[in-house]
Amino acid sequence: MSNMDKTQKDAGSGRQFTRRQFVGAGVAAAAGLAIAPGVTLLDLAHARPADQAADGAKRWGMLVDTNLCKNGCTDCVAACGKENGFASTGHPETDPQWIRKIELKEIKSGRTHSLPMMCQHCATPPCVDVCPTGASFKRADGIVLVDRHICIGCRYCMMACPYKARSFVHEEHHDQNPDVPRGKGCVEGCTMCVQRVDRDLLPACVEACKAAGHEAMLFGDLNDPNSEISKRVATYASTQVRADLNLNTGIRYRGI
Amino acid sequence: MSNPASFLNWQIALNWRIALNWLGAACAALLLFGVAISGAGADEGKHQIDAKGDKCVRDTEYMRRNHMVLLKHQRDDTMRKGIRTTQYSLKNCVDCHASPKNNSVIGSNDNFCQGCHSYVAVKLDCFECHSSKPKDTAHPLQAGQMQAGAMVTAPPGTSSDEGRK
Repeated sequence: MSNMDKTQKDAGSGRQFTRRQFVGAGVAAAAGLAIAPGVTLLDLAHARPADQAADGAKRWGMLVDTNLCKNGCTDCVAACGKENGFASTGHPETDPQWIRKIELKEIKSGRTHSLPMMCQHCATPPCVDVCPTGASFKRADGIVLVDRHICIGCRYCMMACPYKARSFVHEEHHDQNPDVPRGKGCVEGCTMCVQRVDRDLLPACVEACKAAGHEAMLFGDLNDPNSEISKRVATYASTQVRADLNLNTGIRYRGI
Repeated sequence: MSNPASFLNWQIALNWRIALNWLGAACAALLLFGVAISGAGADEGKHQIDAKGDKCVRDTEYMRRNHMVLLKHQRDDTMRKGIRTTQYSLKNCVDCHASPKNNSVIGSNDNFCQGCHSYVAVKLDCFECHSSKPKDTAHPLQAGQMQAGAMVTAPPGTSSDEGRK
């Protein structure tokens, strides 16, 4: 309850209040949804005041349970496109993408499963290493972003990324979401919905996965030992894709 | 040509022509000056503040000269540090200054941003990436006007997944 009181005090406008109230109510409901000792289904992203910089003590991350991710479901991809204000140009080969679904099949057993693949928000991101202008950068709370004001569109980061997570905007954009500016000539990648996270909301893909009832994606602070994601990572086996590269990814997977 | 009288007449005619030219140039200069003054006056009137709110975040004189400094500072704070105060944000500008006619700050010289920028001949790059419309009405996907099928989907294989194998 003390958390609820705090968010009410912090709220600047009626709209924010409603959102926070909504998230708070979700958490209250989640309290009854424990699936293992100390492990619950939902987690709360803790908001900070608008005039405070991103907290370096946090590290935002995601845990994707591929056992729960449904084959053929692209709700996370659709929600991402909607949040990022992107409508297809009709050229899917060159459309920018923030998240994509990958279907995996074990040839011997024929078992298939799928997973969402996006920027893995590495602790030591190769895209940041190679960027010649400093446009590719990692925020204090671990979210890897492109500063499109200084991106020159050289696409070196696209080559450097082992996850093929970055893409290029080839065509002019109109009707952008005011929260998510973007345009022709810059590199795009998953922002972990930084504009939503800063407002105490879940990333669009996580919310969509939850709305679809799959609960395959969990978002939270990997540095907080009491966060839901940390507890799960500590409780169950999880994998980093290409862990051999030692990039210490912020996106972890279960079941691959 | 050897007649001295005709040569003199030609000289006088030339002098008159030069004098007339000077007079013409002076008149033209005066005329242009007058047009310039009246034009500037008309544009000053035309580009009066078009805004929904009572007053801007700073006074008009300061904003005319320094709005780009405020915006650039805010942009780096928001982008790099995640500071999301709205006072000097571009979204705040757009929310207030969007024209009631087309709900935008660009589109014609009657619009707030474009009108002034075209008058001073400074290229306006912001809205190649940023939305020129206020949040609630800007984005067809947000407003639910676009069909779900038109949104980006990256079915396996259609994107260039093969390239990384």
